[in-house]
Amino acid sequence: MATFIEKLGNTDRRVIFILMALAVVLPLALRMNLPILIDEGPSKDHYDFVEALPEGSRVLLSFDYDPSTMPELQPMAVALCQQLMTKNIKIVSMALWPMGVSLGNEALTAISDSLGREEYVDWVNLGYKTGGGVLIVRMGSDIHSVFPTDYNGYPIADMPIMDGINKLGDFDMIISLSAGDPGIPAWVMMAGDRYNIPIGGGCTAVSSPQFYPYLDTGQMVGFLGGLKGAADYETMVRAELDDAPPGTATPGMAAQSVAHLVIMLFIIIGNIAYLSEKKRKGGAK
Amino acid sequence: MNWEVFGIWMGALLTLSLYSFLYRDNPFYKFTEHLFVGMSAGYWVIYTIENVLIPNWWDKLVPAEGPMQPVWLVPGVLALFMLFRIVPKLAGFSRLSLAFIVGTGAGISITAMLQTNALEQVHGTIIALSRGGGWFDWVSNLILVTGVVCGLVYFFFSKPHTGVIGGAANIGITVLMVAFGASFGYTVMARISLLIGQTQFLLFDWLPTMGVNL
Repeated sequence: MATFIEKLGNTDRRVIFILMALAVVLPLALRMNLPILIDEGPSKDHYDFVEALPEGSRVLLSFDYDPSTMPELQPMAVALCQQLMTKNIKIVSMALWPMGVSLGNEALTAISDSLGREEYVDWVNLGYKTGGGVLIVRMGSDIHSVFPTDYNGYPIADMPIMDGINKLGDFDMIISLSAGDPGIPAWVMMAGDRYNIPIGGGCTAVSSPQFYPYLDTGQMVGFLGGLKGAADYETMVRAELDDAPPGTATPGMAAQSVAHLVIMLFIIIGNIAYLSEKKRKGGAK
Repeated sequence: MNWEVFGIWMGALLTLSLYSFLYRDNPFYKFTEHLFVGMSAGYWVIYTIENVLIPNWWDKLVPAEGPMQPVWLVPGVLALFMLFRIVPKLAGFSRLSLAFIVGTGAGISITAMLQTNALEQVHGTIIALSRGGGWFDWVSNLILVTGVVCGLVYFFFSKPHTGVIGGAANIGITVLMVAFGASFGYTVMARISLLIGQTQFLLFDWLPTMGVNL
């Protein structure tokens, strides 16, 4: 006869779905907040590297994602724009994914408006071009031939921000917010290793493990992994500012933590049930 | 009509329709799934024409100023060859285009891929154990080197996995399992993040349209 724990191990999957839904909804609805502990790690390395850039530096920010990964990458985009614009660092943005243009624009215009920055002087969005790695290689020799105009059709040769920027080597740093390919791997391969430009960025949690080796070898200066990386960055950027707008990643981490606890609980129950059943059947022989 | 509220309601209803699959398959889910596939296909066709084909090919073939540039007919013909795949008798032509794509891609990527993902990683593993200074770095470096060597031993099949080789292979498979576990953990975090994003949309964008402010 099945024991209670074995019955628990065979719980209807719909009950698990409901518990997971509650684990996510309740912390968000109740505005539960858990502390975000920032220790040494890739997020902190990334933050410190950007902080060390002198005022007036030029950063290429590539929005290589689309709405399907917005919950993880958009908070990173907002926090990065906040940090870069607050430090008066010039942002030249672009996208290797078509819908990254409008998502990037959302973050850029929101922060630019709040800080009183000026398009074409402090930042510009060049838009999207297809080609991935090939495009990056071409930008390594001549950006103006790849992007003669920005996404609005305004000639980049007439923009004050583009003075002195002709190729990738003219940037002090490249940051890619990447949901897959083309994204961080293409930037590391075709820009970082080839032209020796510091590469940073953020990625979805799914692809985070593949980028850790790039940190050990110095091919990336740091990176933000998934919602946790976004929450880390939001926390670090907000700690330096008095009136930074609230982000979406930090409140999401409370729900994330509770959901992980529920998953761990079910993994433990499932294993105990499995072992219990195995023991009972073994005993019956 | 307030189109922003209309958009929020559409998003919310379609989200709930998709999640209804978690209970069981149903017409709402089917409708939303088909709508998504159809709209995605339509969107990408138009987006590709507007943002890839016209600026990268048509505008260069027929520039606004100056005469037509016949050299740009070459990529146009190669693109046309790709469409020949739907005609069995002409499908062979598509191999020309594919050969061009594969050749160019391989030429650009192979050396870069080898440099970035193989040589640099090997270089990063050939380290002094004492690099970094403290005992934590020493242990960390030891784990890194041991993990890489034992992981490679696990994939060495010319000797039976017995004795020292077997012990090293066992350590290697343990290291691989730890890596897979970390990867799975990150995958879980990513999926929950997407659920959190949609839940935030329902709670903080959709519910307020009904006067419910949390």
